[in-house]
Amino acid sequence: MIKLTNVTKTYQMGEMMVHALRGVDLTINEGEFVAIMGPSGSGKSTLMNVIGCLDIPSGGSYTLDGLDVSQMSDDAQAKVRNQRIGFVFQQFNLLPRTTAEKQVALPLMYGGYGRTDRLTRAQEALASVGLGDRTHHKPDELSGGQQQRVAIARALATNPSIILADEPTGALDTQSGEEILNIFKALHGQGMTIVMITHDPEVAEHAQRTIWIRDGVIV
Amino acid sequence: MNLLESFLTAIDSLMANKMRSILTMLGVIIGVAAVIALLAIGNGVTASVTDEIQSIGSNLLTITTDMDNSDGLPALSLEDVDALADPLRAPALAQVAANVSGQQEVVYAGDSTAYTVNGITANYLAINNLADFSAGDGLTENDVATNGRVAILGSTVVAELFGGEYPVGKSVKINGVSYEVVGVLAEQGQTIGASPDETVYIPISTAQSRLFPTRTRSGAKAVNSISAEVVSEALTDDAITQVTDVLREEHRITYAGEDDFSILSQTDLLATFDAVSATLTAFLGSIAGISLLVGGIGIMNIMLVSVTERTREIGIRKAVGALRRDILIQFLLESLLLSLLGGALGIGLGVAIALLTGPALDIDPVVETATVLLATGFAAGVGLVFGIYPAWRAAGLRPIEALRYE
Repeated sequence: MIKLTNVTKTYQMGEMMVHALRGVDLTINEGEFVAIMGPSGSGKSTLMNVIGCLDIPSGGSYTLDGLDVSQMSDDAQAKVRNQRIGFVFQQFNLLPRTTAEKQVALPLMYGGYGRTDRLTRAQEALASVGLGDRTHHKPDELSGGQQQRVAIARALATNPSIILADEPTGALDTQSGEEILNIFKALHGQGMTIVMITHDPEVAEHAQRTIWIRDGVIV
Repeated sequence: MNLLESFLTAIDSLMANKMRSILTMLGVIIGVAAVIALLAIGNGVTASVTDEIQSIGSNLLTITTDMDNSDGLPALSLEDVDALADPLRAPALAQVAANVSGQQEVVYAGDSTAYTVNGITANYLAINNLADFSAGDGLTENDVATNGRVAILGSTVVAELFGGEYPVGKSVKINGVSYEVVGVLAEQGQTIGASPDETVYIPISTAQSRLFPTRTRSGAKAVNSISAEVVSEALTDDAITQVTDVLREEHRITYAGEDDFSILSQTDLLATFDAVSATLTAFLGSIAGISLLVGGIGIMNIMLVSVTERTREIGIRKAVGALRRDILIQFLLESLLLSLLGGALGIGLGVAIALLTGPALDIDPVVETATVLLATGFAAGVGLVFGIYPAWRAAGLRPIEALRYE
């Protein structure tokens, strides 16, 4: 369902050209739990941004669920992100001063769901990550682990085909990190495709398959 | 996402960030309030002075000597007054009065103060809308005919010379001669020119013979000015022509000669004042404009800062599927709501300031709809432009660039 062929990504950093990806070929099938590992600067985050349609590749092709995503317009990509991809970031990326319920309902709002439908789904999603009793809490009233679970609930809300997680346990203590990984494993058990980026081999062990990236190529 | 959703999102976002919302509105509030208050006061001053001029009577002509064309000597005399009062010669005039005046020491019970002493014809006070007495009465034709030694005092003169004493029937001395006080004028308040409150009125005949013996070129006793009431305002131009003809004839001015007098109508005075008031309004308007500009810069700053600070929020929204349009509409609505609410509060504050300072400045502030619309429109416009432009830029970023923004 994810198929990258000879994907390259080049940044202009001041006068220097940075080749973050130098021809990546990668296929991830439906239902897989994949960890992408590599040292910092290896291009793993760039790879995730390309897979998540947050960034466009400089070359090569990328198809997601059979759609050629790399050629799409901004707004079409926004629709793909909304319907097919759920993001979990290292720094949670929740909206400040906004309740958990509204955070989770946000992608549903942009997806055109009605108000009542949104809230029902948001509550279901929060309940599924064990936060059914925290729906009206704001980020600063929640622990890091809880905030990350709100982020996961938000990623799940539109029922996407993949979850993309960028160092999801990076900002958490070991125990909270374990909880998050257990949620991912449970989701994987239900057939969800999960792509997780990490530099921590212990975290990567939870995945079914580990892909190594170094200097912008898969090794 | 439909408009109602966007609207609710905007309200949510404003409510979630109350401090930021209030600071943003503050710029609009101050800018709008400053403009409304300043222009209301400016318009109030204009209105009050216009009223003042019209209260003198809009159909009054004031005739004075044009010294440039009279060898530096007074040109007007009581003979001119008689000529103008002749309904066959100047039918457009209803009444004609004259006066002669100067500074004189006025003495009562050993106290001596300098006042304007104004020698007047019996009808002078009535023509100039001054015939309003708090005690006693005005001058009679007989007082004038007999060089009567009687005086009418302005309210300030009475307060300063007599204190609490009742003045009518008492005598004041001017230039060594006693005058019986027969009347006291009611307080006139602020006026244009010499204040009647600080004036002593005596018969013109007495003034000419005892105090101001100036003569015209032809040797007649001079008067300072002649006030002529026109039958109706519509006849003002006719009246000016008739006065000119009569006086040229009386003064034997040849066809090519210049008038040795000048005629000022209330209409001229109003026109002059209108010019002054336009300058005043322009002055206050430019101060208000500067306030608005400063307010606008305040709005601009807070908008730029807040949108920049929210780049990450824009990134999050885009990551979960917001279209560029969704972001723009949300920021547009937020700016619009803040600007309108700030504008409404600014109007309220501006009107309140105008109403509170009005009494202190002794004017009735006038709030004009055009001012309100202009100020609010400008503040809202600035708010929108500087709220939207950075948001438009941020909405155009790749989501990952917006998310990485620190």
